[in-house]
Amino acid sequence: MKTFNYHSPKDVKTASKLSSTSSIFLAGGMTSIPSMKLGLATYKDVIDIKNIKKLSGIKVSGNSVTIGATTKHAEVASSKEIQKKIPSLSKLAGGIGDAQVRNRGTVGGSIANNDPSACYPSACMALNAIIHTNNRKIEAKNFFKDMFETVLKKGELIEAVEFKIPEKSNYQKHPNPASRYAIVGIYLAKHKKEVNVAVTGAKSVVYIDKDLSKALSSSFFSSAIEGMELDSSEMNSDIHASADYRASLVVTYAKKAVEAC
Amino acid sequence: MTKVTIEVNGKKVSKDVPDHTILSVFLRDSLNLTGTHVGCDTSQCGACVVHVDGKSIKSCSTLTVDINGLKVTTIEGLVKDGKMHPMQEAFKKMHGLQCGFCTPGMVMSAIDLLQNKKNPSDTEIRKWLEGNICRCTGYQNIVAAVKEAASKM
Repeated sequence: MKTFNYHSPKDVKTASKLSSTSSIFLAGGMTSIPSMKLGLATYKDVIDIKNIKKLSGIKVSGNSVTIGATTKHAEVASSKEIQKKIPSLSKLAGGIGDAQVRNRGTVGGSIANNDPSACYPSACMALNAIIHTNNRKIEAKNFFKDMFETVLKKGELIEAVEFKIPEKSNYQKHPNPASRYAIVGIYLAKHKKEVNVAVTGAKSVVYIDKDLSKALSSSFFSSAIEGMELDSSEMNSDIHASADYRASLVVTYAKKAVEAC
Repeated sequence: MTKVTIEVNGKKVSKDVPDHTILSVFLRDSLNLTGTHVGCDTSQCGACVVHVDGKSIKSCSTLTVDINGLKVTTIEGLVKDGKMHPMQEAFKKMHGLQCGFCTPGMVMSAIDLLQNKKNPSDTEIRKWLEGNICRCTGYQNIVAAVKEAASKM
């Protein structure tokens, strides 16, 4: 691994000031460290944000659950409060990677990285999340730009993610058998006025499937989407799953999610 | 370079390390604790699992500077008064290993499981050990060893 300078600031302002075009914020490091080791990424400065106390923790209010950026997957998975308010979110966190990855990996890191097969971005989309940064509040639907790309600017740091508590929700994924990333993942959320079917793993970036969401908004039964054929032209195709197979998995797992609600 | 002070297996260690030093390298090359193995080196196989402040993590994907001030336990730190840890005893008794390469990581990971859940089912053990890969045993005796240890701990 190439050398870099490690910084461990105690507050967001200092962290933001340290950042440049050749720096990275380090949270759990579950993607960034292997990427640096493999030579896929090099940085002059690595800015560890784990010692900034206010970035960690879980807050529950009447209609939302707010999770600090450096809160670990294991903490979200075992949080009694989240299990009560949004059980599907705990389930999602408990299914990321493996136990050791969940002991290090964080929600902020996951969404800032915006891997097309990451689980958390689908939760953000389905649960109408608001991403709180040190500069602004960003709606999830405007946050994820494209593969590994978000609207975050230089020096902008995610502080917390605010998830809206739905009436019902469920997360289903077809995991890669070796790494457990989502070959296809479906986060289904039924809110008072709408149903969101967020899809990860299928395309270059997480998205809301409008056809499935519309069908389930008028009738919240799996029969409403039975046999639906989705356009696979923009879907990913690799040795694990062809585009057509992914399109079929989206419908299958959306049905499973409805039935599990 | 950063000066780190880390408690490793109960002993405080202070050393100057280059900022990009990976924890597994620090343990093996600087402290000669070669019980922590490096298999895939990309956090898939789990041979490098150690405990940091009591929780299992993959040392091949952790910066040494990142755990400055914390406590690390490696496989070498499990023996107490010359006696093996119950998890080590159980792996020996139930023949939970063949070549032994993955074993340090398996043992460290399994101990963390029992800290979270006292009497896990076969399914829970297999799910927890998803991040530890063994190419010899077919996992049967590893699961049996974890159950055996659970009955003793």
